[in-house]
Parts: sequence; structure tokens; C-alpha cells
Amino acid sequence: MGKNIKITINGEIVEINEGTSILDAARQVGVIIPTLCYHKDLCVAGNCRVCVVEIAGQKRLSPSCATPCEEGMDIFTNSVKVRNSRKHIIELLLSEHNADCTRCYKNGKCELQKLASDFKIMSNDFIPLVPFKNYTIDMFSPSIIKDDSKCIRCQRCVRTCAELQGVNALTVAYKGDKMKITTFFEKAMNDVVCTNCGQCVIHCPTGALVERNYIEEVWAAITDKAKHVIVQTAPAVRVALGEELGFESGTRITGKMVAALKRLGFDAVMDTDFTADLTIMEEGTELLSRLKRALVDHDPGVKLPMATSCSPGWIKYIEHIYPDYLGHLSTCKSPQQMFGALAKTYYAQARNLQPDNIVSVSIMPCTAKKFEANRPEMNDSGYRDVDYVLTTRELAIMIKQAGIDFMKLDDIHFDRLMGESTGAGVIFGATGGVMEAALRTAYELVTGREVPFKDLNILPVRGMEGVREASILIENPLKEWAFLDGVELKCAVAHGLVNAKKVMDSIISGEANYHFIEIMACPGGCLGGGGQPIPTSPEIRAKRAAAIYAEDEGMPIRKSHLNPEVLKIYKDFLIKPLGEKSHLLLHTKYTIRKSF
Amino acid sequence: METNHQLKRADFIFKNENDWEEVLKKNISRSSNELINELISSELKGRGGAGFPTGLKWKLSAEMDSDTKYVICNADEGEPGTFKDREILSLVPFKVLTAMAICGHVVGAKEGYIYLRGEYFFLKPELNKAISEFEQYCKEINLDFTIRIFMGSGAYICGEETALFESMEGKRGEPRNKPPYPALSGYMNKPTVINNVETLAHAYTIFTYGAKRFYDLGVQYSRGTKLFSVSGDTPKPGIYELELGMSLADFVNDFGDGDSKAVQVGGASGFLVPRKRFAETTIGYQGKLVGISLPTGGSMMLFNSSRSMFNVLDNYLEFFREESCGQCTPCRVGCQQLLKGIKAVKSGEKSTQYLDKLLTLAETMQFTAKCGLGQSVANSFSSIVENFREEMIY
Repeated sequence: MGKNIKITINGEIVEINEGTSILDAARQVGVIIPTLCYHKDLCVAGNCRVCVVEIAGQKRLSPSCATPCEEGMDIFTNSVKVRNSRKHIIELLLSEHNADCTRCYKNGKCELQKLASDFKIMSNDFIPLVPFKNYTIDMFSPSIIKDDSKCIRCQRCVRTCAELQGVNALTVAYKGDKMKITTFFEKAMNDVVCTNCGQCVIHCPTGALVERNYIEEVWAAITDKAKHVIVQTAPAVRVALGEELGFESGTRITGKMVAALKRLGFDAVMDTDFTADLTIMEEGTELLSRLKRALVDHDPGVKLPMATSCSPGWIKYIEHIYPDYLGHLSTCKSPQQMFGALAKTYYAQARNLQPDNIVSVSIMPCTAKKFEANRPEMNDSGYRDVDYVLTTRELAIMIKQAGIDFMKLDDIHFDRLMGESTGAGVIFGATGGVMEAALRTAYELVTGREVPFKDLNILPVRGMEGVREASILIENPLKEWAFLDGVELKCAVAHGLVNAKKVMDSIISGEANYHFIEIMACPGGCLGGGGQPIPTSPEIRAKRAAAIYAEDEGMPIRKSHLNPEVLKIYKDFLIKPLGEKSHLLLHTKYTIRKSF
Repeated sequence: METNHQLKRADFIFKNENDWEEVLKKNISRSSNELINELISSELKGRGGAGFPTGLKWKLSAEMDSDTKYVICNADEGEPGTFKDREILSLVPFKVLTAMAICGHVVGAKEGYIYLRGEYFFLKPELNKAISEFEQYCKEINLDFTIRIFMGSGAYICGEETALFESMEGKRGEPRNKPPYPALSGYMNKPTVINNVETLAHAYTIFTYGAKRFYDLGVQYSRGTKLFSVSGDTPKPGIYELELGMSLADFVNDFGDGDSKAVQVGGASGFLVPRKRFAETTIGYQGKLVGISLPTGGSMMLFNSSRSMFNVLDNYLEFFREESCGQCTPCRVGCQQLLKGIKAVKSGEKSTQYLDKLLTLAETMQFTAKCGLGQSVANSFSSIVENFREEMIY
């Protein structure tokens, strides 16, 4: 880092590292400068101009996000000139924005609305521009709704899709007054290379990009006495839902969440963690069988490395971008879809229910899960495996609508049968978690011993590095796994599709030689998913991750293969991993998609 | 019509191109420092309109430590009312190429590019021929310098230097944040000298005749000559080389049709000067102590009393509304509001006081827009509205 320099902010002398932006310098000394296009996850654009400040001796104002501090700079963040300009800019944005706030899905959560409120923009002198533009709302995607009339052209979504995901589904087109954020050939979101990951949604400051919500449909199902409505909750939801309901980021509210779901009227509240554990059994067995086919049978058709298949954003990405490599994906359905298929078979039988009377709802940190549940093949139970997918945010809305005082709820445990989980299931919510859970089980199944890491914590696969590698040497395996003796199992973990691309390209070029890779579409894994509370930032994701690992540490059982309900389902229903029923209900096929 | 002695015509740019080989050979044998000092002492300033000292620009780039550097000639001549660069590239291309190569020698760049305006595609074949001949000569004298033409696609904003780099890199032509400036990080994030076509032609003059010859022309702060693209209500439209520092009154005496009510200096992004201010206005760079001094890329549009200044402003604003890249709020939305605003005042939908709100908006655009485009909309807007307010209303 550079040397320390002295600058003045609003008359106060501040010592700061050279090269720090004025925005960051101001924040360090407790001066808040409003921003819109700025986001900690993204490169600096400097295009909204809300954050302008005055530098003594300069006629023009400077964007504080994009201007590095220089020795002796005399900066004013609240001069008359700054205030007037800032107000103008907010007014301009409002004139271009469909400010139908009370009827907006983002009402109360909109950054532009907050700015307008903070600056008390009471006048509407400027001419509303929205009526002059023929906006239509893109509602074709099952996951994401795009309403250009609310877009303020900050390009956060464009930068997100390019920098975090490398997908570039959203891009800028035209110029001047016609400039807009759109897709390839302005096609609908469901008709372009979009993974439905929803990162654009959590980075959008306004209501221009929101999830397609199914709140009313779920209320209708709950209200319908003839329906038995069951709900599953993904691992990452329990460490983030609290943020929507008044808790600090990183607060674990699992028991309260279950209690709230009960109060909402769900007939059974169960846990996706259960099928996460089940995934480990199926996927771990699949990995070992692939290794056996490669090492013992020398089967040239076996595809290694095997890649995880839990993240529907990643699945759609590989289907579009690397369609020749679909054989590398584990055939396991995601935990959500496993749960859905079992809900209308195993659960229905056990509870003596008609499957067509069951409505299966899932609470996910994810918008791509909405698409996944709608995939035509996801009906192996004979019914739609998952009927409705709600994001963490939608659940929070329902809790507020129902008038539940979340803070005052007592903790409740999940319902039985598919509600028991282990620490291994919980860590599915963090990048590296599936890998860690799989290693805990696979290593033990092969060697009869626990993984050689202190307290089962496989630290090399944890963290927020975009791509992480780890390897475990297998020594003295049990007799049936003798062929693995001396094999160094090589793994890689990637999160954010831009990192997925790095891993895939290194595999394709032959540079990397992994056995098993875990890929999550979203930064940080599911805890940073597109259905999670807004805002997101590296700090918030780190706090959620810490909560996930704390939840894991607090669990009495931390290995998937010891989950009693998992043992029970194999005994009573599935018989064995990769067995006939598993194949029918828990495994799937992938679709080749076009790359444009 | 009276002729005025202060209006000094000159003839450097379009003359004596034939000795370019000699000029190139002579100058690349001189040291980088010597050439920079020559350029600095000539006080040549950028002729694209912004007026940054050219010698300093070269010096900054020369001081950068980098294996790869670029020299770019900005031929994206898009300012309404400007048509001089086209003429230079048609008539004396070797002057521009020679100056680019000398610049390459000065800063340590081996690659040059001409960013040619999309609408000037017809210049490309002849220009390519000139480049081949030029590169052939460079080989003969062992000068490692190549020049390529990069075609623009018609966006005005790509004349803004950093948008131009983005465009060349295959991206959307949107201006970058500054700093860093091109001398530090330009095309491909490498140190880049980017000069207007005419600036390079003047550099050629300086390297041919020496700095003093150039410095002795013009006035303090505004040295040398400048090409002017004269258009509008004038009996003699065309391109003229004049010494800087002339009074606008003299200019109008020479070029006006006897009924000039205003002159737009510097194109749509420049200033409108009404008749009553002709005498106190000179054409040159800022720094003059008395009166108004207007820098310009060379566009001089004359308007006589038959012209509606509302229509003139409406036309400029239509242009800006369309040519804004749309990236930053003040420019994208501001241009739309200014245009809709003057129409609303004209039609009576908004009160005449709304013009004052629009003037403050124009000021905000000047203070906060990301690049020169949005910043300079206020120039024409404010100067027209302030001087011809009644024409905006009635």
C-alpha cells in the first residue's frame, strides 16, 4: 500500500492511505456520502453522480467513489454547491423513474426511495419522462421480473452479471435518452443465456429487477383446507432471514424461523438440510463409483472430475456454456428437488396422504430454484415435485403480513421424518460446504476413520477465495476400497460463475487434474444467493458464513451418514444409495442449451 | 465591407507538405527532451477544443515507464459545424503521419492509430495509401513505427478520448473516470498520447520552422494559428487559417453577411455570442485578463436575424439528447429535461420562471457530468437562454 497522506474533509484533517477513494476516506471518519451506482462487490462506475463532492480549487465537483485522495486535498461533502447538485441529480433520477412507490415490490427497500426521503425531495418540477417511453415489463422468466420503467441506469446489474458471473445476460444498449439495460437482441429474460441466479436482483438499487414472487399462491394453498402444505427451508436461509426482521447479519434464527412457519399455517415444517445429507450419501457414492470405474475398470467413458449439481444457477450455466461437459455433473438432483420428490412419495406414504393433496413449498436463498422447480423433468414423483419456491425475502414478507412478532417467538424444532439434519447438511449453505460434507462422509466410508482435520473442520475448502484447491491422501482404506490406497483425492471449490469458468477452462485445457469439484453460482455460495436479504457485501457474507459454521459446530451430529432420518429412509424406502428408487426419484438428466 | 487589420490570415497547415521526409528524418535524430522543449516553448495547445498544452502531454507520456505506449490521432471530428480535420487528412496527410511518428520517437511508442470518424469512411483508401508510403519510408530510415486506421461507427461521444479508447478496445464507447489520464493509462491501459488531427499538423509546423515562428503568431496564452470552420449565414463558408486572439467583431466584419445577430463559437458544445458582445469577445484560450476569451475547436456558425434562436437551441439539445452516451445521470436525464423544458416553456405548459430552474440544472450538469459532453451542454444552453430569453418564450 501507498504512503500515508493528509487531506481535509469538511475542515477536519485526516490521515489516510494514498490512493484511498474520497468516499472510503470519508466513511472512515464518519462522514456519510450517499451513493447509488457504487457497490462494494463491483468495480467503480462513477455514473450516477450522487456521491459528488467539492474539492477546493476545482470548479467542477468530483465523484467521491472514483476519485483517489491526493496530498493536501481540501474536500467538502456538504457545501451549497454539493447539496444543490445532489438534489438536482436525485430529482433527475426520479423524473426518469416510475416512482409509483406505494405499489412497488421494493417499497421500503429501494435505495432511490431512501435517498428521496433523506433529501426530502418534495418538488416535482422536472417533467416526468416515464410516460414518453414505451416500457413493457418482462415477466417471462419464472425467476426474475425486469421492469425498465424503474431502472435508473446505474449499471450495477450489468457489472454484476459481467464481473461476478461472467454471464453478461444484461448489457447496455443504445445511447442518450434511449439508453437502456437489456438482453441479447432484447429478448425476454427466459430466452437468453441467463442462469436466473438473481445476483442482478440483489444488486439492483430499485425495483427494476425483482424476483417473481409466489406469495399469494402460497397463501391460497395454506388457506385451502383440502391441501396439506409442507415447507422445506434451505441451510442458508436460517443465517440470513433475521436481517429482514431486525436482527444483525449473521444471527442464527433457525428455531424462530420454524416457529414462524408454523404460525403461518404450514402443515409440516421440514428441512432441506435433511436432503442435503441425503445428497451426500448419493453423491458421495456416485463419486466413489466413478473413481472405481476409472481406477479399477479403466472405463474410458467415466467422467472425472465429477462436479456438484446442487446449484441450479451453475447447472443452467454449464448447460449453456459447456454443453459438452454435462457428463461431469453429478446426476444427483439438488437437495430441494430431492426433497420435493420424496415429499410426494415417501412422506405421503408415511403420513398416509394423497400426493395430489400435498402442496410442496420451499424457502430458498435463491431465485434460480424457482426455475429449477419449473423444469419439465422435475416430476418424478408423478406430480410437480416442488410447487412453489419462495426466497428468503418472500418469507420475510409473509411473516410481516401475518403480523408475527418474530423476535418474540420461541424456538421450535423441525417436524420429523424429513426434518433432521447434521452439521454437514447445514454447511451446504456456504461455499465449500458440499465439498467438506462430502469429504467427511466419503473419507470415513472408505477408511473407517474420520477425516484427518481437527474437529472435522476442513479449513482448506473454507473461505472466500474465488477458487480453492485441496487434496486428501487416502491411506489404509477398508478392504473393499483397497484400490484407493495411496490415491490423493484432488478437489476444487469455486463460487461465483466467473470463478466456475476459471475452473472449467483449466479442466478443459488439461492444466488441472481434479477428481471432484464443487461449484456454486453465487458469491459466498448459497448464503450470498440471489434470494437472500438485500443488501449484500463481502462483510455481510462473511458474517453469514461464520453463522453457518457456528451452526455446524453446535450440531450433535456433523456427518451426513449418521443422520438418523437418512439411515431410516434407506432402511424403509430407498434401500441403498444409487438404488432403483434413488435413480427414479433422486437423480436427473441435463439439457443441452444454446450459448446465445 | 470594412476589412480589419487585426484579422490575420495565415497559411501554414495546407502548405509545404512535400518535405515531410526531410522533416521526419531531421527530427528523429533529435533527442526526446529537445523536441519536448521545442513543443513546450511554442505554447501549442490542443486544437480539439479543450486546449491542453501539447508539449506537456507528450512530456507526461514520455516520462512513463512502460514497454508499450501508443500515439493516437483523434480524427473523430463530430462537433456540429466542424469540418477542418477532414480537409487536413485529405490534403496534407503526411504532416499528420510525420507528427505522429515524431511523437512516437519522443514518448517511446511504436504504434500509432488514427481513429477515423465513421462518416469519413471515404477518406480511408487514400489515407491507407499515404500510410503505406509513409511506413515504407520509416523502414528505409530504420524507424520502427506503424500506423493503423481504426474506424469509428458514428457516435459523437467516441471523440471523447477515453470513450475513444473504450471503442478501440471493442467496448461500448463510454467515457472513463479520470484520473487516471491517458498519459498514464490510455488505450489498453498503456500510456497514450492522444492528439487532435490539427494539433499534429501544427506540431509539424513547429518541427519544420521552429517554435519561435509559431510562438510569434497569435497573442499571449493563445499562440499560433488555428483552422476555423466557418458556416451558417455567411457569404463565404469554408475553412480558414487565422491567428488566434482575434476579436469576434473583426471576424464578423470579415465573414458576416451584414446582418449577423449571433455567432456560435465552438459548435454545439460551445458558446453563443450575441451581437452586443462581439467587440469584447476574442477567440483564444482562457487566461486573458480583460473581456471574454473563448476557446474553440474551430467551429464558427453565424446566425442572421432570420434565425430563431429557440430553433437553434432546440436543434443542439436534440443532438445532445441523442449523442449522450447515457451513462451518467446529469447528462442522460439533464439533456432530456432541458429539451422538454424549453418546449414546455414555449408552449406555455411551464411558466417562464422554469427557464431559471433549467439554467440551474445546466449549471449542475456542468459541475457534475462525467465528461466534456455533459459538462459543456451548459455552454450553449446558458448563453442562448440568457441572451435570447424572449425568443425562448414568445
